[in-house]
Amino acid sequence: MLTKFLSGDQPRSRALTAILLMILICLAGAPLLFDGVRPLDTAARICIFIVLVASYDLLLGYAGIVSFAHTMFFGLGAYGVALASTYMGRGFDALIVGSVAGALAAVVLALMIGLFSLRVRAIFFAMITLAVASAVAVLVSQFSGLTGGEDGLTYKIPRVLTSANRMGEFLGTRISGKILNYYLIFFASLALFLLLLRIVNSPFGRVLQAIRENDFRAEAIGYRVVWYRTAATCLSAATAALAGSLFAIWLRYVGPDTTLSFEIMLDILLMVVIGGMGTMYGAVIGATLFIMAQTYLQNLMGVASEATHNLPLLPHLLEPDRWLMWLGILFILSVYFFPTGIVGRLRERGKA
Amino acid sequence: MSDPILTLDNIYTDIAQYHILQGVNFTVPRGQVTMLLGRNGVGKTTTLKTIMGQWHAKSGAILYEGRDINTLPTATRARAGIGFVPEDMGIFGDLTVEENMILGCTSGPLDPARKDWLLAAFPALATFWKSEAGNLSGGQKQMLSIARALAEDRQLYLIDEPTKGLAPAIVSTMAQALRELKEQGASILLVEQNFSVARALGDRALVMDDGAVVWSGAMAELADSKDLQEQLMGLSMEAH
Amino acid sequence: MTIAPDHKPTFAKMSLGEQLGKAMPVLLIPILVVLGFFAIGAPSSWLTLTVSGLAMGMMIFIMASGLTLVFGLMDVINFGHGAFVSVGAFVGVSVLLALGGWTGTPSLLLNIAAVLLAVVAAMAVTGAMGWGFERVIVKPVYGAHLKQILVTVGGLIVVEQLIHVVWGPDEIFINRPETLKGAITFAGAAMEKYRLLAVAIGLILFIAMRMVLRRTKVGLIVRAGVENGPMVEALGYRLRMVFVGVFIAGSALAGLGGVMWGLYQEVITAGMGERMMVLVFIVAIIGGLGSIEGAFIGALLVGLTQNYVAFLEPKLALVSNIALMTAILMWRPQGMLPVVKAK
Repeated sequence: MLTKFLSGDQPRSRALTAILLMILICLAGAPLLFDGVRPLDTAARICIFIVLVASYDLLLGYAGIVSFAHTMFFGLGAYGVALASTYMGRGFDALIVGSVAGALAAVVLALMIGLFSLRVRAIFFAMITLAVASAVAVLVSQFSGLTGGEDGLTYKIPRVLTSANRMGEFLGTRISGKILNYYLIFFASLALFLLLLRIVNSPFGRVLQAIRENDFRAEAIGYRVVWYRTAATCLSAATAALAGSLFAIWLRYVGPDTTLSFEIMLDILLMVVIGGMGTMYGAVIGATLFIMAQTYLQNLMGVASEATHNLPLLPHLLEPDRWLMWLGILFILSVYFFPTGIVGRLRERGKA
Repeated sequence: MSDPILTLDNIYTDIAQYHILQGVNFTVPRGQVTMLLGRNGVGKTTTLKTIMGQWHAKSGAILYEGRDINTLPTATRARAGIGFVPEDMGIFGDLTVEENMILGCTSGPLDPARKDWLLAAFPALATFWKSEAGNLSGGQKQMLSIARALAEDRQLYLIDEPTKGLAPAIVSTMAQALRELKEQGASILLVEQNFSVARALGDRALVMDDGAVVWSGAMAELADSKDLQEQLMGLSMEAH
Repeated sequence: MTIAPDHKPTFAKMSLGEQLGKAMPVLLIPILVVLGFFAIGAPSSWLTLTVSGLAMGMMIFIMASGLTLVFGLMDVINFGHGAFVSVGAFVGVSVLLALGGWTGTPSLLLNIAAVLLAVVAAMAVTGAMGWGFERVIVKPVYGAHLKQILVTVGGLIVVEQLIHVVWGPDEIFINRPETLKGAITFAGAAMEKYRLLAVAIGLILFIAMRMVLRRTKVGLIVRAGVENGPMVEALGYRLRMVFVGVFIAGSALAGLGGVMWGLYQEVITAGMGERMMVLVFIVAIIGGLGSIEGAFIGALLVGLTQNYVAFLEPKLALVSNIALMTAILMWRPQGMLPVVKAK
C-alpha cells in the first residue's frame, strides 16, 4: 500500500526513512505542534519549496538539464493566481482559473524554449533560460500597470481560507481558516510530490535517466532525445507553476523579489544539490534544511560573529548576511565530493 | 637488426567498456617501413592512437628509443620525435595550408629546403598555400596531413591509411612521397588497406586480428603467399 | 622524382548567394545602423545612440571574448565569468578612489595614468583569480557540463559574497576622471567622451586579438585547438598550458570590462557581473560559441539594438535582445559564425 504511494521508490536507508517520517509528521502536525504564526509560515514554505525543488530535480537530476528559468515558471503560477484574484475578485474560481492559466502558460513557454534550444545543444538551454528568465523578470517589473511592478500585487483570497474564519477549537488549538489554508497547501504539495515520484519511476522517467547517462546511445536505440527532454521541461515547468500558485494562495501577495528573482533560483540550486540530485527525496531534505537554515542559521552566525568580533576578518566572514557564502562553499564541495547529496550519503551508509 | 625504435609489450587498451587491444606485442625496426595490416575493426587505428597517447593503455609498456612512454602525455610523445597522420587526417580547416604546415614544426620555422621537397612531392599544396585548408579536396587534405607530419624531421612516423578513398592518380603521388621518405631512412609504421601499396613499400608486416598481432614477418613473404593472406586476412586483400 | 600525376586542382567558384551568406553577419551591423536611422528619424539622436550602442557593444565584447574562447578551446562553460567582471570593477574603482587627487584634476596625463593604473591592477587581480578559479573550480570538472555549470555558479556565489566581505554590502559610486567627463558635439549630436574612448579601446583590443590569433604561433595553436584539440596535442603542443593561458587572459579581460563598465555606469555592485552575464551569454551564443569575430559582431548588434530600442520603446530594451537572439538562432541555429568542430 505504502509502496504503491511511493511508486515503489522507497527511501532505501533506515536513517533517511526516519528523517523523512519526522519531516512528514512535523509538517502534517505543524498547526497543532507549534505555536504562533512564524512556525506555520515556515512549514508552509517548506511544503511549497519541496514541490518546487522536486520539480527542478526532475529536470536537473533525472534529465540532466540545467535550467535557470525555474523561478520564472514558479512566478507564472504565482502571478496567475494573483492576477486572477485581482481581476476576477476573491473566490475559489479565481484560484483555479489562475492556477490553470499559470500552469498552461508555463507549459507553452517551456515548450518554446525547449524546442528552440534543446534541439541545438543541451548547453544552450542553460544560457538561454538565464536570458529569458531575466527578460521576464524585467518585463514584470516594467509593466507595472498590470503586475504592480516592483511593489507586486496584494489581493484577497476566499474568506474561508483566512484567519477571519473561526471554526472552533481542537486539542487546545484554535482552528481558523489559516489552518485550513495550510492543509490545502500541505495536501496539494504532498499530492504533487507523489505525482513527481510516480513520473520519475515510470518508463518515461527511466528513459530520461538513460538519456542523461548517454544521450547519443539513447538516440541510437530509437528514443527521440529532444522530445523527451522537452517533455521533461514542460512537466517540470507545470509543477513549478503549481507550486507558485500555492505560494500565492498562502502569501496573498506576489512580487518580483519573492517569486522571480535570480536569488531564489540560486536557492533552488543549492537545495537540490545539497539534498541530493536525482533522488526526489533530496528535495525534501534540501528544502527543509535550507529553509530552516535561512530562518535559524543566521541567528547562530550572528552569535558567532559577535563572539569573534576582536579577531580580524573572521567576524565579517561570520556575519549573518554572509550565510549564502558558506552555503555556496558547501554547494561546491557537494558537487565535487557527494554529487548525490545528503540522500546519497545516507543510502551509502545504509549499505555499508 | 639493430635495436628497434619502438616496441609494444603486451598492450591492453579499453575504449569505454570494450576491450579493444588485448595484448599487442611487436617491434618496429629502425629505418624500415613496417606495415600494420588486418581486417577492419581489429584494432589497427587504436594501436596507433595508443602509441600516440590519445587512448591510454591500461597495462603493458610502449618502449620508444628504449624508454617507456606509456605514461607521458601526447604532446611529450610528439616532441620526442613521433609524427602522426591520423585516419581522419586532423586538418585544421579554418587555418590556411601554410598555417597547418607551421603547426607541423614544433621547434622553429619551416626549413626552406624541406618545404621545397614537400611542395615538389605534393604540388597541389603550393597552389593553395594561402587558402583555407577546409576548402581542399579529400586527396589534398590527405597530402597536407602527411606533409604536416613531415614538416620537420621526426624519428618515427605513424601513418593511418593514407590512401583511403583516394583516386588512383593521387594514390600513386602518395606512394611516391612515402617511398622518398623511406629512402631518406625514416622509420615508418603504416596502416594500409591497399595491398599493392603495402607490397611496394613494406619491408616488414604485422597482421592483427581481434586486438592482437597474429603474424609478423617479412612483407615479401606475406605478399608471395596467397595461402597466408587468406588465412590471416580473408579475401579482402585480393580485391586490390 | 616521378612526374606528378595529371591533377589540376581548382576550387569551385562560390556562387553569389554563398558569398553573401558568408559576409552576411558582418553586413548585419551596417544594416542595423541604417534601419536605426530610419526608425529614429532625427539624425543627431541617431548618432548619439549609435555611439553609445557601439560603446556598450565594445564593453560587452571585452567581457565575452574570454568566455567564448575558453568554451571553444576546452568545451568549458564558465557561469562564474561574471565574478571577474565584478571583482575587476571593485579593484579598479578602489584604485581610482585612492588616486582621487589624480582623477580630480583636469590634467589629461594624470587622469590617464590613474585609469591605466586602475586597469592594470584590476587585470592583474582578475587574471590571478582566473588562474586560481581554473585550478580549484574548473579543472576537476573537465568534460562534465552539468557539474561545470553547477560548480561555476557556486564559484560565482562565493566570489560575490567575498566582495561583500571585503568592500562591504553597499554599492560604490564613482566619478569619471575630469577630462573624461562631458561630451563633444558633432553635427548637432552630443557624444560622451567616455563612450568614444570605450569604442576606441574596444576596437584596438579586437584588432590586437585578431593579430595575436592570426599572426602568432600561439594564436595558431589556439585557433587550431578550438577546431581539433587532440590533433594539436598530437603535433606536440600542450593544449592544457595554452588553455590555462587563455583562461587567465579571458579573466583579465573580464576584469578590464568590469572597470570600463563601472566607469560607464558610475556605480558598481557585487551583482553587476552576474547581470552582465545575461548579455555576455546572448553575445556568445549568437556569435557562435568559440568565435572571437562572432562575439565581436554579436556584441555590437546587442549594443546597438539595446540602445535603439531603449530610445524607441524603453520597456522593450532587454526583451529586444531576446528577440534578436531568437531571430539569429532561427536563421543560424549554431550562431552566426559557428566554429567547425572536427568530427
